[in-house]
Parts: sequence; structure tokens; C-alpha cells
Amino acid sequence: MSRTDLPEPDRRPSLAVWKFASCDGCQLSLLDCEDELLTLAKVVDIAHFSEMSRASAEGPYDVSLVEGSITTPDDAQRILEIRSSSHLLVTIGACATAGGIQGLRNFAASGAYASAVYAHPEYIDALETSTPIAAHVEVDYELHGCPVDRSQLLEVLTASLAGRTPVIPGHSVCQECKSRGTVCLLVAGDTPCLGPVTRAGCGAICPSMDRGCFGCFGPADTANTASLAAHLRLQGMAPVDVSRLFATFNAGAPAFRHEALAQGGPVPSAPVRITHRAEREGPR
Amino acid sequence: MRIGSAVTIDAEGLDALIATLASRGYETKGPVVRDGAILPGPVGGINDLPVGVRDVQSPGRYRLEHGEGDAVFSWAVGPGSWKAEFFPPSQELWTSTLEGDVVTSEAPVADVAPLAIVGARPCELAALAVLDRVLLDGAVTDPHYAARRVDAFIVAAECGSPASTCFCTSMGTGPATESDFDLALTELDDDDGHRFVVRVGTDRGAEILEYVPGSETTPRDMAARQAVLASATKAIDRRLETEGLAELLARNLDHPSWDDIAERCLSCGNCTLVCPTCFCSDVSDTTDLAGEVRRQRTWASCFDLDHSYIHGGPVRSSVSSRYRQWLTHKLSTWWDQFDSSGCVGCGRCIAWCPVGIDLTVEAAAIRASDGALRSSPASGRDGR
Ligand code: SF4
Ligand code: SF4
Ligand code: SF4
Ligand code: SF4
Ligand code: SF4
Repeated sequence: MSRTDLPEPDRRPSLAVWKFASCDGCQLSLLDCEDELLTLAKVVDIAHFSEMSRASAEGPYDVSLVEGSITTPDDAQRILEIRSSSHLLVTIGACATAGGIQGLRNFAASGAYASAVYAHPEYIDALETSTPIAAHVEVDYELHGCPVDRSQLLEVLTASLAGRTPVIPGHSVCQECKSRGTVCLLVAGDTPCLGPVTRAGCGAICPSMDRGCFGCFGPADTANTASLAAHLRLQGMAPVDVSRLFATFNAGAPAFRHEALAQGGPVPSAPVRITHRAEREGPR
Repeated sequence: MRIGSAVTIDAEGLDALIATLASRGYETKGPVVRDGAILPGPVGGINDLPVGVRDVQSPGRYRLEHGEGDAVFSWAVGPGSWKAEFFPPSQELWTSTLEGDVVTSEAPVADVAPLAIVGARPCELAALAVLDRVLLDGAVTDPHYAARRVDAFIVAAECGSPASTCFCTSMGTGPATESDFDLALTELDDDDGHRFVVRVGTDRGAEILEYVPGSETTPRDMAARQAVLASATKAIDRRLETEGLAELLARNLDHPSWDDIAERCLSCGNCTLVCPTCFCSDVSDTTDLAGEVRRQRTWASCFDLDHSYIHGGPVRSSVSSRYRQWLTHKLSTWWDQFDSSGCVGCGRCIAWCPVGIDLTVEAAAIRASDGALRSSPASGRDGR
């Protein structure tokens, strides 16, 4: 981490948590650190965290946690201000690091979703794409996951407080899966699993619950998605299904996006059409 | 009972053997069925073992079949190995706290009950012997490994039903075993009934056997054991040509095969984690909010980019250089380091590779075109 020199000991470092296009789940992971939250509040000064308090202190901030992707012109501006008032900027979650599930719109024609979803798309002032924070400003550290893992969040915070490098592996989910003794779903069953190409960090929870890894931590360090995709095709999966497997929370991560497109893309070529509830159910 | 002698016991005898070990304070573990595979787990009696279960294995595929019959050892090795008992996936090495100006550190070695393994395969005994050379008899003895390994009681189970992935016959490690056990079982299930030939490997093995009902093994049962082993040997058709293998790999570091494998290899690390001899680990320090420092050792793999990270970046950034590291370490440089092969032929890395990459096939491919060079040899750091 490049900016670890934190303030002198007599001042508590300040922490700010920011939201962009996201579901708030990653911020909630911080609130979810129930056992550690009080200690954290003692060692850092929580300057801005809307999920916790209306109070908001002025910057500059020692550490900013940024959740969400950039989807509007306003947000593209706001992130520049946050960057300039933050010493250390850490992006948290799939939205902030890869554009999130809303990044699916990057696969469709411009405005296709807006006109399909909103009754009055003319009121929508959105960018054509959903992009990660790193596409706009320099990011000091990225935490992956949908949502992020609580222990990784604490690890990044404690590491920056101690001025050390956080222990965040870049290897595959399979390693966590084998370390916890889960029997491989791909080998001992036919469940599609993205574990071999997905970054560790979750503790391999999904395979331990008999569900294939959904890839919510995004691509591992050297993800060979083509080989895994070829294997899934051999197991009988249709290209569009393989494509959709790669096009979820991290659809915008280059390795996953590339594979989703190589398999023909996640969306049918016909124009997107989503019916409105009012249209489906008729007038009340 | 003398070392080298044998008795024949029945299913009740095996039950009594497990009970005797438990009554002596051993934590008794053996192969159990869990989540569609056979892996190490707690056993209290013969019914905890995989009764009537067989396995079907091939590259990248593993399935269990539940059949009739009383046999408990009609399968080959599963994804778990006994390595994890002695060298766990994660091990705390020490903790340290700061109170005032005083730093207090603790490096406890866990005080756990001794382990008795019932049903370790011959290749697994060979794998433990390989690990012993690394962690026990090397330049440094690992205290955590030693604490559990030194007193472990081993009941081996010779193989009558090898899997298609097994190649112990090439490595000289199975399907029979002559050493590294306290007691060795060979399961017989024929017209004379379901029973086990038990051979004595150590004095304490003999002593435990005093409490187990059985009778001296007849020449007829000994012949039946030989027949089981002969048919198992015949059934193993996977081969790894070991003649000159270490040198072959050492002189083919720029062979085109490495790139060909890298097209398929996911660099997921499954092969190294299921391997009963891979000992690589990562040591990391973490701090918590209260200021406690913890040093942990966790399993690592040479397929990790971080595994070769030194100042300035990873030495082995390409997948082909990482697969090459794995294969050459197992089959070639292990000899330079520990004077043995790092591979015992258990076949786990073949079955549990999600895309079925098979080291016996890859080694044979290199042998078939010994000396071939890739068109653009890797340069710089990645070249070696
Ligand atoms: S279940 Fe998935 S994550 Fe686990 S080892 Fe198999 S492929 Fe990897
Ligand atoms: S390299 Fe493969 S076959 Fe050899 S001991 Fe390791 S897992 Fe078994
Ligand atoms: S093959 Fe790789 S993981 Fe296994 S012991 Fe060698 S370097 Fe370590
Ligand atoms: S490799 Fe040999 S010793 Fe190991 S399980 Fe297979 S047959 Fe048994
Ligand atoms: S050889 Fe197979 S198990 Fe090993 S890293 Fe490559 S894909 Fe994973």
C-alpha cells in the first residue's frame, strides 16, 4: 500500500464510508462486524458513514472506503472530490471494483435498459456504462466480493492502522475450498463452479453449501476462464449459460467480461424488453 | 506376536482393534464417506468405514458407488490425505500482545491426543515417509508436525481395488506395503468369508493385537492375500516411466509442452493441495484492533502468483512456468533436495484437477519429444 503513513498518535485516524451505485450490502458488512465495531470506533474517528449516523465531518479523511460504481455524471464528479480529500482510498465490493451487477448494461445497446425499465426514461440522467472506481481515480487498495468479506474488511483496516500490508490472497477459491475440506463439486458432481478462476476471500462458502462458486469475488490473479469455459461446455452447458455464469456481479471485470463475450454474450440478441408491473397486472 | 508374523481377524476383530486403540487414548480416525467422497474422519468401529462402497475415478472425475457386500476397503484414495492431520491447512505459530511496554509472546504446540489411523493406503504411508524427510528429518524439525506425527499409530490397508488414476506400481509404493506401519491389514472377501490378514510391523502393534480376537494366519489365507495383491497389481494400468525421469525433465525446461499445458491449466492449485507430499506454506502476520499480533502458517501452492513473489514481482508469472515448477519439483528436483521422488503415485492430482490434467500423460509427452524447444523460449526471470 502506497499511503500508509497515518497521523501522529495523538489524533485518531478518520474513516469515511462513501456510497455510489450499489445496494449498501458492503457498508452493512462493516456494521455487521458486531464484535469489533466498538473497538473500531475507539481507535478511529468515524467521520462519515450514512448507514450509521447522520453526522458528517468535513475532510480530509485518512481512510475512505468507497462502495458502488460510477453510473451518473454527478457521481463521476463526486468521486474526484472524495479522492482529493482522502489519504488512503479503498474500494469495497464488486460494484466499486468491477462495476457490479448494474454493469450488465455495458453489454446492451445504449439506453436499452433505461427505456425498458423506466416509464419515463427522459427523467433518467445516467451514463451509458457502469464503471469501477479505478476507472476514474487512483485507488490504493481493492477489496472484492459481493458483498465483501467481513474479516477482509477488518484486515484492511487493521493493516492500514498498523502500517503493514494487508494479507489478502489473489489465488483461487479452490484453495480455500480444499483447505476447509469441502469435496469438489466439479469433480465429484456436475455442478458448475467458478472457484478455479475466482479470487479467494469468502472462505469458499458456496461450495461448502453444495452450490457452485458464483464468482462474486471476481477473477483470481491469473484466471484461465477459457479453459474452465471449455470444460463446462464439455459437461453439457450451453454457451449462453456459460456466458451468464461469467456475467453476474463481476461482469465488468476484464477476464469475466471477455469470457462472457467469447461464449456469445449473456443477453439474447433481441432487444431487451422488461414488462412493467402495471402493464402485466393492468390498472388497479 | 513377533514383528513380521500375521493373524487373521474377522469384522468383529477389526471392531475390537479400533476399540482397543480408542481405549488406549488414541483418537481413532479412518476413511469415512462424506459428501460423495471417501476422506479421513473419526471412526469408532467397522460400521463407520465405507461398508460396501466403491469409487470410480478418472482424470477430473470421482464418483462413489454404493453396493452390496461387507467389504470396507474396496476403494482407492480420495481427496483428503493424512497430511492434513500432521500439517493442517492453517496453523498458528505464535501470538504476541503488547501491554504497556511489555511484549508477551506465546508459541504453544497443541497438546492433543495421539492419533491412530486405521486404513492408510500403501501410497499414503510412502507419502508420510516423504513428508517425514522434509518436516522431521530435514535440517529443521517442525515442532507442530512432530508433535502429532511421532506417536501416531498406523494401521495400513493394502489395496485390492485400485482406481484408474493409481500408478503406485510405477513408483514402487503399492499396492502392497512392507514398512512404515504398526499393523497392516489385507482385506479378504471370498468363499472363506470376510476377514483380514493382519501383519505386525512393530512391537506396539504386536502388543495391541494381543487384545484382538483372531487366529494365526494359515498358508491358505496368506496365498489369498498374495492373490488379492497380484490382481490389484495387474489392474493398475497407468504408468509413469521413471527411468531417467529426473534428468529428462531437467533438460526439457524449454519444451513446448509447458505452454500446451498452460492453455488448459487453471492455476487453481487443487493438484498441490490434494497431493499428500506438497508441503509449501505461507507465513503471514496479522494484527487485530486490540493490538494482538498473530503469526499463521497456511497451505500455499506453487500455482499462486504470490508463491514466487520477491522484491519487484513474481519470478514465475506465467502459468507454464508454474506448472513446470510443480512437475519438475515432484519428479526431478525433489531428488536433489530430499533424495527421493516427491510423487508416490496416488493419482489424486489427476482425479481432482477440475480439467483432468494428468501428470503421467504430460511426462510421457515430454519423453516422446525429448529435446523439443518452444518457438520463442521464455526470456528473463520467467525462463527458469
Ligand atoms: S468445488 Fe469449486 S471451488 Fe471447490 S475445489 Fe471444486 S472447483 Fe474449486
Ligand atoms: S504428484 Fe499427484 S500422484 Fe504424485 S503424490 Fe502428488 S497427488 Fe499423488
Ligand atoms: S510442487 Fe509446488 S506446492 Fe508442492 S512442494 Fe513443490 S513447490 Fe511446493
Ligand atoms: S495408488 Fe496404489 S496404494 Fe495408493 S490407493 Fe491406489 S492402489 Fe492403493
Ligand atoms: S494442473 Fe489442474 S489442479 Fe493443478 S493447477 Fe492446473 S488446473 Fe489446477
